[in-house]
Amino acid sequence: MAKATAGLLGRKVGMTQVFGEQGEWIPVTVLEVGPCPVVQKKTVEKDGYSALQLGFGAIRERLVNKPRRGHFARAQVKPVRWLREIRWDPEAAAAVQVGQELKADLFSPGERVDVIARSKGKGFAGVIKRFGNRRGPMSHGSMYHRRVGTLGATAPQRVLPGKKMPGRMGGRQATVLNMEVVRVDAEANLVLVRGAVPGPRNGLVLIRRTLKGGRRSA
Amino acid sequence: MDLIQAVEQGQLRTDRAGFRPGDTVKVYWQISEGGRQRIQVFEGVVIGRSGTGLRETFTVRKVSQGVGVERVFPLHSPLIDHIEVVRQGRVRRAKLYYLRGLMGKAARIGERRQNTAGEQETSAKKE
Repeated sequence: MAKATAGLLGRKVGMTQVFGEQGEWIPVTVLEVGPCPVVQKKTVEKDGYSALQLGFGAIRERLVNKPRRGHFARAQVKPVRWLREIRWDPEAAAAVQVGQELKADLFSPGERVDVIARSKGKGFAGVIKRFGNRRGPMSHGSMYHRRVGTLGATAPQRVLPGKKMPGRMGGRQATVLNMEVVRVDAEANLVLVRGAVPGPRNGLVLIRRTLKGGRRSA
Repeated sequence: MDLIQAVEQGQLRTDRAGFRPGDTVKVYWQISEGGRQRIQVFEGVVIGRSGTGLRETFTVRKVSQGVGVERVFPLHSPLIDHIEVVRQGRVRRAKLYYLRGLMGKAARIGERRQNTAGEQETSAKKE
């Protein structure tokens, strides 16, 4: 996150397929992106880095607590459900005013983006689901079906840190790098990206210009 | 979900609705080989339609040189030049998978008659 970029907040709508130029299927995730009001600006002079705090999502007035209400009032924006900070190029950020709304036309088809969201929670999962370990035989008197296996050798007389064991899976932040933007509809606030995006439908997603990828971009 | 429908709306083809399972159709399918475009015709019986919206597909079955061949086409694919209904068949189910086990005379499908055409008219009015 150190590098300057630009991005927006949105909501995962769901997946479908569209036809590409050669008539081929393109699997896409539909994201409702923006409009995102700029609630606060972080500048290099004041905060030591350049970022925009963006909001997204309608919310009922009474669900907003007083400190937040004041925060929104200062930016003169309507209260929103989510606030996230996105690192922004200082020069590009200078052109943006607090209170202004940023829209999906920030992105263009063919561009590469990263999508960050909280993945679906899988609960307490075993090592086969969680780490892709292989299972033992289910029959022939095996009695070793989906267990962990060895916890280590006898020599250190302890379990080494980082040993893959059952536990909570999913429900944490996941980033998909270098996704292709297939279509942008700024009027409908929609962005279509190729492939799957973490998280449930209606979940918050952060979509930003890619930091690492871009090699395959057109 | 209506947002997804809105996304699919732009690519939907309205000129491809007029056939049902049991009908014999000719599918004019564009193929490009070596930079050249030509149209290949696939003729057979529609044995089922599946899916909704832009992702709807239909399966066409024919028997070619004694071998059953089935092909699944995306209904709204831009690669389909057009679809021609050769014959309307009278069948009593939506998926005609039973045809796979039948050959020759047994695999025939009766024609949908004029009196069922009246029924068609009323259904056309609904649309």
